[in-house]
Amino acid sequence: MWASGLRKRYRRRQAVDDVTFTVARGEVVGLLGPNGAGKTTVIKMLLGLVRPDAGEIMLLGRHGTDPASRARIGYLPELFRYQPWLTADEVLRLHTRLAGAAVPAAEQRACLGLVGLADRAGDRVGGFSKGMQQRLGLAVALVARPELVVLDEPTSALDPIGRADVRDLLLSLRERQVAVLLNSHLIGEVERVCDRVVILDHGRVAASGTLAELLGQRELRLRLEGVTPEAEALLDGAARDGDAFVLPIRDPDDVPEIVAGLVKLGVRVHAVEPGRITLEERLLEVIRAGEDR
Amino acid sequence: MTIVLTIAGLTLREAVRRKVLRSLAVLTVLLLSLSAWGFSRIDAEFGGLTSGESKLIAAMVLNLVMFGLSLIAALGTAFLAGPTVSGEAESGIALAVLARPVRRTAVLLGKWLGLVVFGTGFVAVAGTAQLLIVKLTTGYWPPDPVAGLALLAGQAVALLTLGLLLSTVISPMASGIVAVGLFGATWIAGVVGGLGGALGNASVERIGTVSQVLLPTDGLWRGAMRSFQDPSLLSQFSEAFEGHPFLSAAPLTGTYLIWAVAWTALVLALAGLAFQRRDL
Ligand SMILES: Nc1ncnc2c1ncn2[C@@H]1O[C@H](COP(=O)(O)OP(=O)(O)OP(=O)(O)O)[C@@H](O)[C@H]1O
Ligand SMILES: [Mg+2]
Repeated sequence: MWASGLRKRYRRRQAVDDVTFTVARGEVVGLLGPNGAGKTTVIKMLLGLVRPDAGEIMLLGRHGTDPASRARIGYLPELFRYQPWLTADEVLRLHTRLAGAAVPAAEQRACLGLVGLADRAGDRVGGFSKGMQQRLGLAVALVARPELVVLDEPTSALDPIGRADVRDLLLSLRERQVAVLLNSHLIGEVERVCDRVVILDHGRVAASGTLAELLGQRELRLRLEGVTPEAEALLDGAARDGDAFVLPIRDPDDVPEIVAGLVKLGVRVHAVEPGRITLEERLLEVIRAGEDR
Repeated sequence: MTIVLTIAGLTLREAVRRKVLRSLAVLTVLLLSLSAWGFSRIDAEFGGLTSGESKLIAAMVLNLVMFGLSLIAALGTAFLAGPTVSGEAESGIALAVLARPVRRTAVLLGKWLGLVVFGTGFVAVAGTAQLLIVKLTTGYWPPDPVAGLALLAGQAVALLTLGLLLSTVISPMASGIVAVGLFGATWIAGVVGGLGGALGNASVERIGTVSQVLLPTDGLWRGAMRSFQDPSLLSQFSEAFEGHPFLSAAPLTGTYLIWAVAWTALVLALAGLAFQRRDL
């Protein structure tokens, strides 16, 4: 999946402004950003639900304006309902038919089982709880053997077990070389399953890259006493944070040597905390930087 | 094509499973039993329908009841058609469907087809039941029942197509109400135009003609009435027909029929265009 230069304007508000990104086969990409950043709008443009003002989309080797490009795509919308007068079974049957996929009934049942709705297959969707509807939505997204799955906040209404299930599901999709685009506010979830992350803010890509790239190098927090000028030379490049030194490091294996060097110079070492900024910190940083601008 | 049929089937299933069908059925049964009672009274009062006068009354009352039926059919389908597109867009039902490899025009055509089958089926069943009731109670059988029912169905189709167009641009409730309002307005305009004709006032008569061109429901309805009334009545009671809301003097022209079909196609095409451009 490939999108380039997407723009969308709603009256006077520029919802999406020049967004470019890709999702490769077997890759799980997280789409992050604050409320109103334009994540849902980007997803809807990918699926032809919203007409972009500008930009191009390629889906699984076809141009996005061709409906056939969506043949192998599964989508779970953010705000959705399924035909309340149909049963869960019938919703899945409808979607396999619309997708033009010949999926045997047993496989459809298995798909419902995967999201924990096997015993509710014959019940009308109108009576489902919010979380059950979301589970059904996941089944709908997965039922037609997709090669790209687009999930817009798939876990917003799910219980903790459901969230864990979704995580396993995403990992199994990646194993089967299915591409996934995941929009979620649950950063822990994104951090655990995503290979790459795209951060949107005010309709623009504020940052993107693999987790390692985005989270940057590791760091070492040191609380020290009696730092001599020689020791300071060893700590070259460290930032002062209160009474602590924050030293960027390339390799965790350097840590013992650094500590040994400091001790040899007579520095009293009170605490050594290896650290890595979390995705959450990075996200907040990116968003705050956007606010300052 | 399979998409069109799938969506048509879905629309039909919706009509059957939701309360629409049940309320339509209740209304219809009510109207039919009322008319059965009414016709048996007419028969009793006039002691068999031998005289032209009682035939005239039977035709008139038949048209009145058929008008009730067509009203039910038109309102029912308009209120089914009205919420479809905009309602599904609002509730999010449309998102998952339209993200599938389907053309929006195919989805719209499927909905239209489903509604047409529903409306036509309703007119066929309820209309036939009504004609049988009249036959059994009074012995009256209209000259051209098939054409009459077909025109009634055409009226419902025209109105539901309009409802579909409206629902691609305005909110669910509003589109149903506007469609029904326009339907009522053209009917009244048709009656006013008929009175104008009777009084020999050309400009008033034009009101009816123009409204029948703008929205063909009333024109089709007048054609249907004509198929339900005995042709001998017109020569016998020509003055009764002048400006009468439930008797029709002028026959339906072929040009008008072609226009009605073209109008429906045009409105459907417009609905397709509007739907194609719509953001969800
Ligand atoms: N149909 C619409 N009409 C007008 N404005 C819209 C519409 N849809 C979205 N917007 C605007 O576009 C911007 C982006 O909205 P979008 O739904 O894409 O945000 P989001 O990133 O998905 O937010 P959230 O995290 O809350 O889901 C918002 O400012 C929103 O007000
Ligand atoms: Mg959103």
